[in-house]
Amino acid sequence: MSANERSRLRQRYREGRLMYFLMRVALALIVGILGLIVGVIAWRGARELNWEMLTQPPTAGYYLGGGGGICNAILGSWWLAVGATFTAFLLSLPLVLFLNVYARRNGFINRLAVVTRLSLDILWGIPSIVYGIFGFALMLAVGLRASLLGGIIALTLVELPILARSLDEVLRLAPEELYTGTLALGATPLEYAQVLLRQAAPSVPTALLLAFGRGIGDAAAVLFTAGYTDRLPGGLLEPVASLPLAVFFQLATPFPATQARAYAAALVLTIIVLTTGVLGRALSARLSRYVVR
Amino acid sequence: MNSTGNLAPNRGASRGTFIQYRARHVISWVTGILFTSLSTLIVILVPALLGALLVRSWTLVSAIPLPRLLIGTEWRPLSGAFGFAPFIAGSLWVTAIALAVAVPVALLGAIYLAEYAHPRTRTSLKPLIELLAGIPSVVYGLWGILVIVPVVRQLAAFTRTDNPTGYSVLSGGLVLAVMVIPFILALSEEVLRAVPQGLREATLALGATQWEVVKHVLLRQARSGIIAAVVLGFARAFGETLAVLMVVGNVVQLPRSPFDAAYTLPALIANNFGEMMSIPLYDAALMTAALILFLIVFSFNFGARLVLRRVGGTDDVSQ
Repeated sequence: MSANERSRLRQRYREGRLMYFLMRVALALIVGILGLIVGVIAWRGARELNWEMLTQPPTAGYYLGGGGGICNAILGSWWLAVGATFTAFLLSLPLVLFLNVYARRNGFINRLAVVTRLSLDILWGIPSIVYGIFGFALMLAVGLRASLLGGIIALTLVELPILARSLDEVLRLAPEELYTGTLALGATPLEYAQVLLRQAAPSVPTALLLAFGRGIGDAAAVLFTAGYTDRLPGGLLEPVASLPLAVFFQLATPFPATQARAYAAALVLTIIVLTTGVLGRALSARLSRYVVR
Repeated sequence: MNSTGNLAPNRGASRGTFIQYRARHVISWVTGILFTSLSTLIVILVPALLGALLVRSWTLVSAIPLPRLLIGTEWRPLSGAFGFAPFIAGSLWVTAIALAVAVPVALLGAIYLAEYAHPRTRTSLKPLIELLAGIPSVVYGLWGILVIVPVVRQLAAFTRTDNPTGYSVLSGGLVLAVMVIPFILALSEEVLRAVPQGLREATLALGATQWEVVKHVLLRQARSGIIAAVVLGFARAFGETLAVLMVVGNVVQLPRSPFDAAYTLPALIANNFGEMMSIPLYDAALMTAALILFLIVFSFNFGARLVLRRVGGTDDVSQ
């Protein structure tokens, strides 16, 4: 090997090592920053967090630093996200069954399935503020004011593509033999759907928790549709508070004491979202032992 | 099944079984039609969104020609001046900065996770990154106010900017970059891993270093998928509302430097929607803003999804 070749080789290895180094730096940076976010929120929020904040609704002077808490927002967010996740689930279940059972045939119905999947992808990418505006326009059309129901409608639009896509991804993995085998036994497509659902069961909690976490953290969709109130959620047609908006509004006040409470609210929100995420993953790992592969 | 051994029961064997057989198929058929019509509703939802925005923005778009709206720099709703240029420019600035920071970092991280990392590292880091990608945007915004804005304020002191607050295009871009990094990383990792193993082995057998495999084969092979991932990241950054709104300053102007304050399209909608009723054309103007936002995000989404579908990765980030 000539000296020239050897230096060329060294050059190639040096480039590789440099890139390897940069990759590790990039990954360390990502993990570090994400850790920093959780760390900062936890550190600033924990100082403000107390029992009163979690269990009391705001009192009259709350935004000036008076007593009370964000119980209204926690409960409001809970009902918004539960309602939206439930509705989105009711809608996405028949949808994914259509995609994976009935659309297996060729022709028009199969083409419809392709377009449906593309539509879901596109809906998934639409910013939630657009859903917020669309939901608001929808509510104006039917004469509905800012309310829990309005918020649920908008959040359902946000969550539906998330839920439908993650369920669809699971059902698509079902082995072809399951389909042919079930049909060979004389089952109808609907009966195959039942078999398929058992197959998807382990992933349902994960998908639900994922969508729930998305819904509870989304602020832009509920900004005009759910409104905001200091009272506890009263009914479907009354406005409700939500945690992200509680963070946002408290931060927007000029009083440091109230701003500090936004940190606590953000910590509560982060804890809820991270818990649902961890829980979802753990549940699916535990339940997926009985799936046919 | 009946006594003669036929799969489909015949009338003679047992009337009850026959009716049951028919009933099961009729029920399955009817449910099929219900499910199919529901999925048609989902397909209609995209044009419905577009239609609703078009109808609601029509009063403004028909009064003032679209080019004038798009390049107009004046935003004075009280005197009927609606120029969207500052908001479009603000959104573009913030998105450009976010992508300039996020793409190299996310891509390097994705290459590492897909090609270099020990399987154990990958299986522990990937869920962690995905988990943290689920953090609500308002929390990212709060973090931006607590950490990014002070840093940018320090930096701004060294420049000749007339905006020393730190609430600027740069802050918005950095916060957004942190938000889209996990997203682009997860997508491009999927695309890279979808490249057939044989290509790696063949290239290594020719004497290439591992980095040369990545550079000459994998990145080339996965190029369209990675571009699609970046485009999706763009769409995401462009539509992000609260996190940007909280740190970008919200001043209606054409930003000239990264340290200038700006205003983005989603922030415009979020900040003003409550009070739109009293001023003529104001609500139509905000609907127009939503329409512009929708059209930009839609076209990028649509293109990127088509590419990803062809590439054939699972294209799913469980976020």
